[in-house]
Amino acid sequence: MLGHHGAHAPHSPGRRLFLRRSSEVAFAAAVAVSSGGALISASEAWGLEVKSLQPETMKTLILMSRDIYPHDRIADRYYAIAAKPFDTKAAADPAQKEMFEKGVAELNALAGPGGYVAVPWEADRVALLNKISGAPMFEAVRSTLVVSLYNQQEIWPIFGYEGESYSKGGYIHRGFDDLDWL
Amino acid sequence: MAAQFNLNDDNVVVIIGSGAGGGTLGNELAQKGVNVVVLEAGARHTIEDFVNDEWASFAQLAWTDARTTSGTWRVAKNFPNLPAWIVKAVGGTTTHWAGASLRFQPHEFKALTTYGKVEGANLLDWPLTLEEMEPYYTRAEDKMGVTRTGDRPGLPGNNNFKVFKAGADKLGYKECNTGHMAINSVERDNRNSCQQTGFCFQGCKWGAKWSTLYTEIPKGEATGKMEVRPESRVLRIEHDDGGKVGAVVYVDKDGKQQRQKARVVCVAGNSIESPRLLLNSASSKFPDGLANSSGQVGRNYMRHVTGSVYGVFEKPVHMFRGTTMAGVIRDEGRNDPSRGFVGGYEFETLSLGIPFMAAFLDPGAWGRSFTSAMDDYPNMAGLWIVGEDMPQERNRVTLSPTVKDKFALPVADVHFDDHPNDVAMRNHAYGQGKKLYESVGAIRTFPTPPYPSTHNLGTNRMSEKPRDGVVNKWGQTHDIKNLFVSDGSQFTTGGAENPTLTIVALAIRQAEYIAAQMNARAI
Repeated sequence: MLGHHGAHAPHSPGRRLFLRRSSEVAFAAAVAVSSGGALISASEAWGLEVKSLQPETMKTLILMSRDIYPHDRIADRYYAIAAKPFDTKAAADPAQKEMFEKGVAELNALAGPGGYVAVPWEADRVALLNKISGAPMFEAVRSTLVVSLYNQQEIWPIFGYEGESYSKGGYIHRGFDDLDWL
Repeated sequence: MAAQFNLNDDNVVVIIGSGAGGGTLGNELAQKGVNVVVLEAGARHTIEDFVNDEWASFAQLAWTDARTTSGTWRVAKNFPNLPAWIVKAVGGTTTHWAGASLRFQPHEFKALTTYGKVEGANLLDWPLTLEEMEPYYTRAEDKMGVTRTGDRPGLPGNNNFKVFKAGADKLGYKECNTGHMAINSVERDNRNSCQQTGFCFQGCKWGAKWSTLYTEIPKGEATGKMEVRPESRVLRIEHDDGGKVGAVVYVDKDGKQQRQKARVVCVAGNSIESPRLLLNSASSKFPDGLANSSGQVGRNYMRHVTGSVYGVFEKPVHMFRGTTMAGVIRDEGRNDPSRGFVGGYEFETLSLGIPFMAAFLDPGAWGRSFTSAMDDYPNMAGLWIVGEDMPQERNRVTLSPTVKDKFALPVADVHFDDHPNDVAMRNHAYGQGKKLYESVGAIRTFPTPPYPSTHNLGTNRMSEKPRDGVVNKWGQTHDIKNLFVSDGSQFTTGGAENPTLTIVALAIRQAEYIAAQMNARAI
């Protein structure tokens, strides 16, 4: 259902990328818009092609995605992958495109100069999200994200979830009853 | 092997649905030499097709055709087009179910007598007793290979069960074990034993869990008396001038409309589609739908008092390893009105993977309170509550006045409001579940609201008197003697137990009755 279309990395994501986000650099500076309209993260070495939405809109949606489901050990790249369906939906349906563009414009207006991505503190951004949390755009983002973020197999290891087990013979010899601290 | 019957063969029994009710009934009738056509809306998958992947499996198996919801239940807000989490495939929801197979308690067949009149509830006694059901329960348990019944050993407990059992002991519960499960604890019936794979809901890749898909259905087909037609969407049931049903109109796998003649029709499409079909089959003779002289078709929709409690511990649990439903506590299953409600509930362990945990832990929630809970996933243990809910006339499956399916037929609207008794029971269960986990060191606990319903019951209920319900004690409709209901919609009341075992026991019993009635030329 979900893939890595558009989010390509020169190297496979190493464990390093799970362990922390690239928050040494503020998100606004860390993710740049290329001349071709793609989003580029130099620190995490990924790029995301944006087809329908404005690249700046997509950038805002990616940060908004992190603020909705913040996991400090998940790198930005996985939020970028999770946000991909917004662009896909916008490409397929002009009404959806308008909803995302308008919704983000409204959020940026609430945020003031520089828009949402320029608000430096998570708590302040969350306060803005609380103001729009009943709106269709917010709910469209959240309800898509709850699948597109958590359904990425690459992030399951940080939750200790082991996924598919049939091919390994289940857990009958692999710790289904190994709990020993009770 | 599998039979092929002519559309004009008017001597066949047509069964609509191939799950616990329909699949079992089909095989039982075929074994008695009765010719059976099973019409199944879903596709026929094999065990090899099943995937250990929650959303991919949901896309493969779940019934996602349009439905609408109304009422104050939270499902209507969070999942407005998914009132039920059930399956559209050969084998029905027996591909997805967890396998818990508990008998009803004696008093649960006598809800009205035992609980008395409860305001707002449409309680009724079943027209049969546990005593009458016992031999059929035994046959169902033998057929399904239920653990801890007959001479079958229990399953081993996984990590989630260990936490659950330790908490049960701390609370002084006496009836806690790894359950009566229709999952092979040893190889049996040419099926593997459980390998503790942890994807029971996604279709058992080992075939260790009983499903009609690879037990009843191939056994029925092997008699040469049963034909299963997958991807056959039934539109309506037709009747003759005398009011007996005689044909079933459906759209086949190629999109062509067909009409299969029938001597007997058995409806087993689960508690949402079954009443919808009876209502959509309205005619000038039966303007309110088939078998609906009581006005009870679609009413008294029950879904069990459900909910979950998850506890977070300092050390890892890895609850997802092993059987999804790995144990039961039955102590709260008794009727003890001193707790503030009538009826009882069971606790059963439950685990979801990360994708479903995100969707169901607290639907609609976001922010750090939610994500910190998700971050604690490896240290989480989980349980599910399943208790008796009150039948209410206004909790009801009706035909949508606005939404139609691709065959231009009104879809089902499912209306549900909790009864105060349901709320009191759920709150009691949340409290006990919290205590249970805290007693063994939980540092945080979460109450999770009911998921879309897998236990859908009561919408064509059984009653002694025709005015009180839709079918008699054999599942035969009061109004039309060759029309039967063979699924959980027959349930007069829901009991505290997972319904599949009772559905299977009723199907075995119904097959005897139908075969005898056919032999006697009564139908």
